[in-house]
Amino acid sequence: MPEGYFGSYVTIGVFAVVGLVLVFGTLALTRLLRPNVPTRAKTLTYESGIDPIGTGWAQANVRYYVFALLFVIFDVEAVFLFPWATVFEDLGTQAFVEMVIFIGVLALALLYAIKKRVLEWL
Amino acid sequence: MGAIADFLGGPDVVIAIVKVVVAFAALLVATLLTIWFERKVIADMQARIGPNRWGPFGVLQTVADGIKLFFKEDVRPRYADRWTYGLAPVMAAVPSFLAFAVIPFGDHVTVGGERVDFIVSDLNIGVLFFLAAGSIGVYGVVLAGWASGSKYPLLGGIRSSAQLISYEIALGLSLVPIVLVTNSLSTVDIVAAQAGSVGNVDLFDGTFLQGVSELFEVIPNWYIWSQWPAFLLFMIAGIAETNRAPFDLPEAETELIAGFHTEYSGIRFALFFLGEYIHVVVISAMAVTLFFGGWNGPIVDEFLPWIWPVGWFLVKTIAFVYLFIWLRATLPRLRYDRLMWLGWKRLIPASLLWIMVTAVVNVNPEGVDEQTLRSIRLAVFGALFLLVLFVVAKGDPRLKQVVTPERPRSRRAQKQGVKSGSS
Repeated sequence: MPEGYFGSYVTIGVFAVVGLVLVFGTLALTRLLRPNVPTRAKTLTYESGIDPIGTGWAQANVRYYVFALLFVIFDVEAVFLFPWATVFEDLGTQAFVEMVIFIGVLALALLYAIKKRVLEWL
Repeated sequence: MGAIADFLGGPDVVIAIVKVVVAFAALLVATLLTIWFERKVIADMQARIGPNRWGPFGVLQTVADGIKLFFKEDVRPRYADRWTYGLAPVMAAVPSFLAFAVIPFGDHVTVGGERVDFIVSDLNIGVLFFLAAGSIGVYGVVLAGWASGSKYPLLGGIRSSAQLISYEIALGLSLVPIVLVTNSLSTVDIVAAQAGSVGNVDLFDGTFLQGVSELFEVIPNWYIWSQWPAFLLFMIAGIAETNRAPFDLPEAETELIAGFHTEYSGIRFALFFLGEYIHVVVISAMAVTLFFGGWNGPIVDEFLPWIWPVGWFLVKTIAFVYLFIWLRATLPRLRYDRLMWLGWKRLIPASLLWIMVTAVVNVNPEGVDEQTLRSIRLAVFGALFLLVLFVVAKGDPRLKQVVTPERPRSRRAQKQGVKSGSS
C-alpha cells in the first residue's frame, strides 16, 4: 500500500488505467474476431419493425429542465454538507446552528417548488 | 517528483499493481457469478430450472454468453454520432469498476514484512469518491441515448438521466449522517468505527434485568442500529442508481423497447451489462461497509486469520446481492410520476430530516448539563419521529382517490380531447 495522500491517489490512477486498458483491449480484440458487414437494413434504427419515420430526434418534455435545475441546487448543497459533517465534532454548536439555517433555507426552496407544483409529473 | 521516484522504486508499486489486478479479477468473476446467481434465483422463484447446461449447475452459462457476444457483429446505426456512440459503453462500465477501489474487503496481511491492507486505495475522501464514480456512470446512459440517433434511446436516455440525478441527491444525502457520526470520509475509518459490540448499555444495571444489559455485549456495533433510516434511504436510492427493478425505467421494455441501449449490440451491449452488474456488487459492498460493519465478523480463527474477514465480507455482500435479485423478482416497475414523487417529495426531504436528527443527537453545546441535554435530544427525536410517522401514514392523497372509469364520450368530445390532452 503506497503510503499517504499521494500514494492513495496514484493507486486509484493505476486502477483507472487498468480499467480503461481492459475495456479498450476487449474492444480491440473483438474488432479482430467479429464480422463487420453493415447493410442498409442493419444500420437503420429500430422502430418496432418498420422503417423509421423522420429523424432520430424526439421531443422531450420541458419538465426535465426544472428537475435539472433543482438537481444542481441540491447537489451543491450535498457538497457543502460533506465537509461540515466531517469536522462536525470540532466545529461545535455554532456551525450546527448555521447548518440548520442553511438546510432550512433549501428545504423552504424545495417546499416552494412542491407548492408551485413544478414537481408534479403529468 | 521525489515522491513519484520513491513510489516507483519501492515495493509499494508491486503491492499496488498486485492489488489492482486481484481486484479486477475478483470483480469480473463476481460479475459472471452474479449473473448466473440471478438467473438461478429468479428461475427458482418462478418454479423454473434456469441455466443448467454449461458447467455444474450451469455456472459457466455466463462465460458461454460472453464468448458469444465477443463474436457478434457490432452494428452501428447510420445516424449515430460515431465517437460518442462508441465511447458511451466505456463510460458506463469503467466508473462502476472505479467505485470498488475504496471498499475495504478484508483486514490486512503481512507479506515479507510489508503490511498489505485489503483495500485497493484508502482514500481520505472514500465516500465522496464512491459517489463521484457513480455519477460518472450516468454519462454513459445519457450519451448512449443521445448518440444512437434513434427515438427510443433518446427518450430512454433523457428519462433515465432525470431519474438518476434525482436519486443521486438522495444517495449522497443519505451518507451524510454516517460521515457525521464517524467524523471521517474514509471507508476504512467507517469500518473501524463499527468494530466490536454495542457494549454494556448500563440501562438496566442493578435491576433484575441485568441480563438484558449483558445481551448487548454480543450485538455487533454496526451503524444499522442507530442509522437504519439512512440505510433505507441508501438502499432505495442505490437500487435506483443501478437501474434495476423496481426502478428499471431507463430500459422499461414495455414502453421504450430497451431504453438507452436499444441500438447497441455485441460487445458494446455486453459492456453496459457488465457495468450494471458490477454496480450491483459495488452498491451491495458499500451497504455492507457503511451499515453492516464491513469485514467485521463474530469469528476470527487463529488459522489463516486474514481469510476470515474476507469471508465475512463476502457472506454479507452476497446477502445484499440476493436482496437485489429478490426485489427484481418481486416488485413491479414504478410508474414515472410515482418515481419522481418518491424521489423528490419523500426521499430528499426524509434524508434532509435525518441529517438534522443525527446532528441534533450528536451536537455537544458547552455549558449545558448532561441531563437537560438528554431530555432535549429525546424531545427533538420524539417529535421528529412522530412527524415522520405522520407523513408516512398520510401517504399520497392521490392513492386514496377512488378512480372511476370514465364514461364513454361522444365523438365530438373525443376530438376536442385530443387537442387538450397531454402527451
